[in-house]
Amino acid sequence: MKIAVCVKHVPEGPARIDPGSKRLDRSGEGMLNRFDANAIEEALRIKGDGDAEIVVVSMGPASAADTLRKALAMGADRAVLVSDDAVAGSDLLATSRVLAKALEREAADLVLFGQQASDGDGAVLWAAVAERLHLPVVSQALELTLADATLRAKRQNEFGYDVIEAPLPAVVAVSDAINEPRYASLKGIMGAKKKPQDVLSLADLGLGPDDAGDAGSRTEVLALAAPPARGGAQKIEDDGNAAQAIVDFLAERRLI
Amino acid sequence: MSVLVFLEHHGGELQKGALGVLTKAASLGEADVGAVLVGGGVRSLVDDAGSYGATNVYVADDASFDPPLPQSRVDVLAKVVRDHGYETVMFANSVLAADVAAGLAARLDAGLNWDLADLVSENGTLVGKRPALQDSVYVDVGWRSTPRIALFRAGSFDAVQTGGGAPQVEDVAVELEAHSTGAKVVDQQLEESTGPSIEDADVIVAGGRGLGAPESFALAEELARALGGAVGATRAVVDAGWYPYSAQIGQTGKTVSPKLYVALGISGAIQHKVGMQSSSVIVAINRDANAPIFEFSDLGVVGDVHEIVPKLTELVTQRKSA
Amino acid sequence: MTGATRPSSYPPPFDPREFVSEPTDPADERIEVGVLIVGAGPAGLACAIRLGQLLEEHPDVVERLGEVPVAVVEKGKQPGSHLLSGAVVNPRSLRRLFGAGFRLEDVPSYGPVHGEAVYMLTRRAALRIPPPPTMRNHGNVVFSLSRLGRWLGERAEEGGAMILPETPAGKLLVSHGRVVGVRTGDKGRGRDGEALGSFEPGSDLVAKVTVLAEGTQGHLTGVALEHFGLRGNEPQVWELGVKEVWKVAKPLDRVIHTMGWPLRTAAKYREFGGSFIYPMGDDMLTIGIVVGLDYRDAELSAHDLLQELKTHPKIRALLEGGERVGWGAKTIPSGGFHALPKRLHAPGLLMCGDGVGMVNIPTLKGVHYAIESGRLAAESAFAALQRGNTPATALASYDDAVRSSFIWSDLHEVRDIRQVFGRGFVVGGALASAMTVSKGRIEIGKLPAEPDAEQPLLRTSRAERYPVPDGTLTFDKLSSVFVSGNKTRDDQPNHIRVEQRVPREVAELWTYMCPAQVYEVGADEGDGMVTVQLAPSNCVQCGAITAKGGRLTPPEGGSGPEYTLT
Repeated sequence: MKIAVCVKHVPEGPARIDPGSKRLDRSGEGMLNRFDANAIEEALRIKGDGDAEIVVVSMGPASAADTLRKALAMGADRAVLVSDDAVAGSDLLATSRVLAKALEREAADLVLFGQQASDGDGAVLWAAVAERLHLPVVSQALELTLADATLRAKRQNEFGYDVIEAPLPAVVAVSDAINEPRYASLKGIMGAKKKPQDVLSLADLGLGPDDAGDAGSRTEVLALAAPPARGGAQKIEDDGNAAQAIVDFLAERRLI
Repeated sequence: MSVLVFLEHHGGELQKGALGVLTKAASLGEADVGAVLVGGGVRSLVDDAGSYGATNVYVADDASFDPPLPQSRVDVLAKVVRDHGYETVMFANSVLAADVAAGLAARLDAGLNWDLADLVSENGTLVGKRPALQDSVYVDVGWRSTPRIALFRAGSFDAVQTGGGAPQVEDVAVELEAHSTGAKVVDQQLEESTGPSIEDADVIVAGGRGLGAPESFALAEELARALGGAVGATRAVVDAGWYPYSAQIGQTGKTVSPKLYVALGISGAIQHKVGMQSSSVIVAINRDANAPIFEFSDLGVVGDVHEIVPKLTELVTQRKSA
Repeated sequence: MTGATRPSSYPPPFDPREFVSEPTDPADERIEVGVLIVGAGPAGLACAIRLGQLLEEHPDVVERLGEVPVAVVEKGKQPGSHLLSGAVVNPRSLRRLFGAGFRLEDVPSYGPVHGEAVYMLTRRAALRIPPPPTMRNHGNVVFSLSRLGRWLGERAEEGGAMILPETPAGKLLVSHGRVVGVRTGDKGRGRDGEALGSFEPGSDLVAKVTVLAEGTQGHLTGVALEHFGLRGNEPQVWELGVKEVWKVAKPLDRVIHTMGWPLRTAAKYREFGGSFIYPMGDDMLTIGIVVGLDYRDAELSAHDLLQELKTHPKIRALLEGGERVGWGAKTIPSGGFHALPKRLHAPGLLMCGDGVGMVNIPTLKGVHYAIESGRLAAESAFAALQRGNTPATALASYDDAVRSSFIWSDLHEVRDIRQVFGRGFVVGGALASAMTVSKGRIEIGKLPAEPDAEQPLLRTSRAERYPVPDGTLTFDKLSSVFVSGNKTRDDQPNHIRVEQRVPREVAELWTYMCPAQVYEVGADEGDGMVTVQLAPSNCVQCGAITAKGGRLTPPEGGSGPEYTLT
């Protein structure tokens, strides 16, 4: 059985947008998107003591190899990084196109995603990828179990939760409440360097430069601006009527 | 230009957020404002959709669509878009809507901009406005081709009935893709209202050291109950054992952005600020007039929480029951 | 001063024996490496780099060291995360480490020192004084130690060393009187020590040679010195340094040191120290204050002294239009020659750098000694491994090498200077000059040296004069902790050992002392006693508490500051 986990290398520390390119400044240190750690952990739990193969798949700059090594240190078996100058600046559409091709190559039984990316760039990627792979998708999974080529997931929504079953192969996005990711053990960290890490270009996936990056995107960033100012900040002293003043304030803003 | 809105519904009613998006769509001034209803018995909601501005409603009414699964909805929307040439498709964010929007984007090879707070027409093109980086910067985003897919932050627009006439109704008959029928809902559980979780709450009442003693957290809890919100805590009081770590908001706790954040006895150290600064409205009560929190709150009240909060809770409760 | 309160009367619940044990993991679960280096600072990384060079020339020795010939464990997030210094560094050790073909321009730095000035400050004025002979920095280079650490880490990895970040060394593994490695720290424990869902126990990391290069207040270094009875003739004492990095509008053209204000010069206060301001390229500078932890005023706060320093008109002018972009704090061992351990090695063990006190306080230099000691440790370890022998004396060559090196002769030359300043600035200054001019040949009658925690406390309402933070020029402690990059996980066991029921004065001493606001005066216990409350996740691991009556141990790996510019 093969489980593929899609992970993202995201900027560490306070994120900045580069005013020139209007894109996220990815030049600094990077780290594993913390929500993807839940997905890797879930794959490890499903594998348990069995012999399922866990492959982590990512699209990113060459420095993303460090992040993939962290996933290997946690216990994944193999890493695949699609790293090509042409992928920079890919929007959701382009990213899903590239990832789907990489995942097709793997033909995994289960594809896992984390809930979202801490750099805000990767939300809802899983549904787009599932569509391209023509696979059923379940998101916001709080619990996930596999039995006989079928998965059973508890999906959280605004009203409570649904229990969903789907046949494998399938795509599942796990919620960050599903588990607590393990720390990599020292043995794991030291062993990670020996595990296979493949680096693929777009050509290796049968894609051209028009399929990814800016060329392959259908959305664009036009401008950056400061957020609308917190207009009309007020400060008052309680003279016995503060409670009423607060209520009036809230009512004015239609908050109560 | 024509615009299509995905109308989510629950318990026999149209979702407020989706109706807000429909209101916005109608305000764009297009002749053709479409709405899509998918589910069992949704035909009864057609007139409602019309009253919020839909000129055309597309209905896929069948019990098989009852389970709130995204992929069959992608099939329906794709057909409507292709058959009628809709140029823009709008969604109000929800667990379901997000999956539908992204799946549709991949199906139609269409650009998707999400987490939008607004959509405006600038020089004849549609431009989306979205906050980024914990609301510290606003980004203008565009689409390079049609159809355009827009996913709006929950609660971005108010739902306003425009009193439009009865819409044109069309039944949609669609062949579902094989992968769209794979997933099945085998059980559903509605959550009892124990109050929202911190992450989802629209209102958070948070307590800090200024509350004085652990018992005073009851003030925060009562106010939260009155406002229908969740209770949060600063690192200082969690460290002191006054409240559990699961309620901690801040750099090393949770990051939240509710519509209303009420800070009781919180000084506003930066470690706390970064966890809640993107709240839409911040009300702070603190005895210390120089507390840093007053520099970034919308309404700052210098006073004693023990005197103000019980009165506030009472007034809110009265008002809500009126 | 009998009857006065001394923090040393309230020792922390700490026994070094708790941190020494035999390996406990089953043999097949122990992780074996050839040479284990604890600490990815300048000493540890120099050791790793030199070993890499030697092993490249001797593949036969490599074979004997197993799959991982050289491993460096580092408790911070990455090399550099916990490194902080001024720093104006003497490049001679880098040249010796990298040998022929080395170009100083290849090392990221802020350039050579172009000029320097020393000032005696009063509240409003700055009197330029000729630099004491110890403060001549011609030929030296301004570095960010954190940045240098990152660069050295890359060189060490290129040379074949495996660096393991977020891995603290919690216990010294000793078997049959020999150091055989360390036990790494657990991860994923909750506040009460309970195992959380993510719990991962530490591992026994065993090695043929263990090198402790932990820096100031090194945890296992302290434990090892106790265990093997190696403490020096005099107790070690420390200074606390607090510094900031600023983006500035006008470049600074010289290295500046100051003495005097805001420290008080009368002998009874024992406020020994000064400040430094170093240019960092054209658009940044670093400003810091250093004060001996043998101070006596319970309300002394190095953090706030730095804020006060910045309000001096001459200094405010340097920072005008600028922005604070970094902050950090760290102790510096200042006992000098007399506080060096009796021996720097034990069976299976070598000790380097700040951890054993290789710092020349009058010149404020220690980085180049650290690098040189790391290099010498590598050579000694290599020689022992090459010979294949492991008798208890195998590593004695390290001690011999250090005693023949400039580390020893430099420290010997300035051996009593710190002592003389205990007698006050004016008298001390004259004596210090006399000593350096004579190259240490003048012997001064020595005062008995005392541990910092034995200094009796006094009060002077000093805290009333600290500036109220304005958020632009001056800042409060929590803002500073934030700027250090500290985002330590809160829900973990407290790593700081202190006696929790102490006289109010001691609690206040710690509260003011700590630059990161870890301590707070808690409930009144009556009789003048209070409880001390801690916020351990604020801790930037500067080590001041260990000097002043408590004991710092390493928290969970990856905790603490994430320095990049310090």
